[in-house]
Amino acid sequence: MNLTLDIAWTHVRARVRQTGFAVAGVATGVGFSIMMAALMQGSQDDFTNRLVNTLPHITVSDERRAPPPQPAETLYPAAKIYGLTPEARRRGIKNPLATMAALEAWIPGGVAPSVKVQGIIRYANHDVATTITGIDPRREAQVSDLPKQMRGATLNALYRATNAIVIGDRLAEKIGARIGSNITVQTSEGVRISAQVVGFFHSGVRQVDESTAYVLTKTGQILSQQTGLINELRLRLSDPLVSREVAARIETETGYKSVSWQEAHEDLLSTFIIRNIIMYTVVGAILLVASFGTYNIISTITHEKARDIAIMKSLGLSEFTVRTIFVIEAMIIGIAGGLMGFLLGYLMSVALGSIKITNPFLDSDHLPLAYSYLHYLLAGMVALVSSVAAGYGPARKAARLHPVEIIRGAT
Amino acid sequence: MSEIAPSEALIEARNVTRILPGIVPTTLVQDVTLRIQANEFVAITGPSGSGKSSLLYLLGLLDLPTTGEVLIRGRDTTHMDEEERAFTRLSLLGFVFQFHFLLPEFTVFDNVMLPMRALGRLSTEAQRERARYLLGALGLGDHLTKRPDQLSGGQRQRVAVARALANEPPVILADEPTGSLDSKSSGQVFDVLRALVHEHGKTVVAVTHDLGLAERMDRHIELLDGRIVSDDLHRLAASP
Repeated sequence: MNLTLDIAWTHVRARVRQTGFAVAGVATGVGFSIMMAALMQGSQDDFTNRLVNTLPHITVSDERRAPPPQPAETLYPAAKIYGLTPEARRRGIKNPLATMAALEAWIPGGVAPSVKVQGIIRYANHDVATTITGIDPRREAQVSDLPKQMRGATLNALYRATNAIVIGDRLAEKIGARIGSNITVQTSEGVRISAQVVGFFHSGVRQVDESTAYVLTKTGQILSQQTGLINELRLRLSDPLVSREVAARIETETGYKSVSWQEAHEDLLSTFIIRNIIMYTVVGAILLVASFGTYNIISTITHEKARDIAIMKSLGLSEFTVRTIFVIEAMIIGIAGGLMGFLLGYLMSVALGSIKITNPFLDSDHLPLAYSYLHYLLAGMVALVSSVAAGYGPARKAARLHPVEIIRGAT
Repeated sequence: MSEIAPSEALIEARNVTRILPGIVPTTLVQDVTLRIQANEFVAITGPSGSGKSSLLYLLGLLDLPTTGEVLIRGRDTTHMDEEERAFTRLSLLGFVFQFHFLLPEFTVFDNVMLPMRALGRLSTEAQRERARYLLGALGLGDHLTKRPDQLSGGQRQRVAVARALANEPPVILADEPTGSLDSKSSGQVFDVLRALVHEHGKTVVAVTHDLGLAERMDRHIELLDGRIVSDDLHRLAASP
């Protein structure tokens, strides 16, 4: 074994109890940080997955980001004109089939047309504001998990009855509707139809399950009083993470407002950033406290070993060698603590994941946990770096000890 | 290791002064000039506080003079950096202190191996062979795996001598090597040191307060208040 490593190992081994406490401190820090990271990342992934799976990755609506400039504004750009009323445009995406075909040519994923209408569902003295989306059941699997989220029927049940409707399970629960119930759907434009509930769906996102209903495209067009209307194209990409870039390109090419799922939930995603900052701050604080233990043990060892340091220096070991010995001791504590922390973190994560939790906001009865080697790598690296940093100060001080002062003190 | 010319001093101090800084600066060694040749057996004596050990530490590069120069084999060590001084100590000087100063967690064998491992001049097998040889020659062949606290005072000091000899340095610097030993162990250690000079051609510089021992050595330097007050250069070795 290398001399410096041999001496460092001997020092550490000779103080089993003290070293054990320092290692336990680092292991606790690493273990808790891994468990916290698994929990935070797990809940974030779970939520993000539900968002991504429930909603389209990109929604192209018939709106524009900014109202089109008025002819008068174009003609007199230097003038400030007051009292102009925006031009009334016919609703819907122009040439939806051609637009879809153009998008399908380059988009890595599927596109489905739909009609979105805001309305009220009435049943048994309950009035619930609902977003009613007219869809094509045959294309729906390309853009959402709705076919998989169906309860009690398949999506093709929409073809079974005139004005068939599929509603969220929480909405059904709220109004007391069952399969076969005839409910009234009324839009803000005054159209009122009677629709038969042919199935429920459960997305896992409470807001969606409480206030969304699906009908056939044709029914949607009836509700919006416009034949052939398509006011929304919904897209699902093979890689949801590129949605923002694809949405920007669609908007540039078509001129229609194109919103990625990240943009639609920017507020939620920004809270994840804050949450992660909090998490890493807490984890950092835990590991910092653990590094105090390392500092303490290395300081104690260097203090106790002052005489040995003097001996080694008098024999001819350089300051660098002496410093290296104590830095290695800190590394041994960091590595041992890190490895024990990996085991502790894994076991705590497994234990946490096995606890049964009943939560109305969660579909699963267990906490969502993410197991990633990155959590282990990060916690291990931070533990090692903080241990070495904590050990470096005392090691440097030890290496600078003047042997004569110690030899004189000893004699 | 290069041979030195007969006229060249192995260790030389030129007008060396060491002052400890502080509110009241303390002069430990004052204007000392001396030359120690190869194969000398030198005693440094003097009353407590006369600067014996301080001079030894300066000659052994453990301390730096405030003014003056210390030369080892003709090379000025005052301007060497810490690494170079450490290497010089490791390869050319061996230390024996009053208290054995062995590493307590290491075995006798490992303590003797330590300087050789640090220098790395010999192969591991050759290092082991030499450690066994030295400890055997000093009558410690049966104690290789013992720890220092399992040995008597005299045995520990002999281990310290073996460690000092590990890298075959031409000079052994001993600070009160028999100071903490009974008369029997003291005699054994003295005999070992004398044999190093007379049988193995080493140079031994030993600080001692025991005038009886000093009288039996080849050269006797006496210090008072940090200055050399006598340097008996031509004393013959006392008969065993």
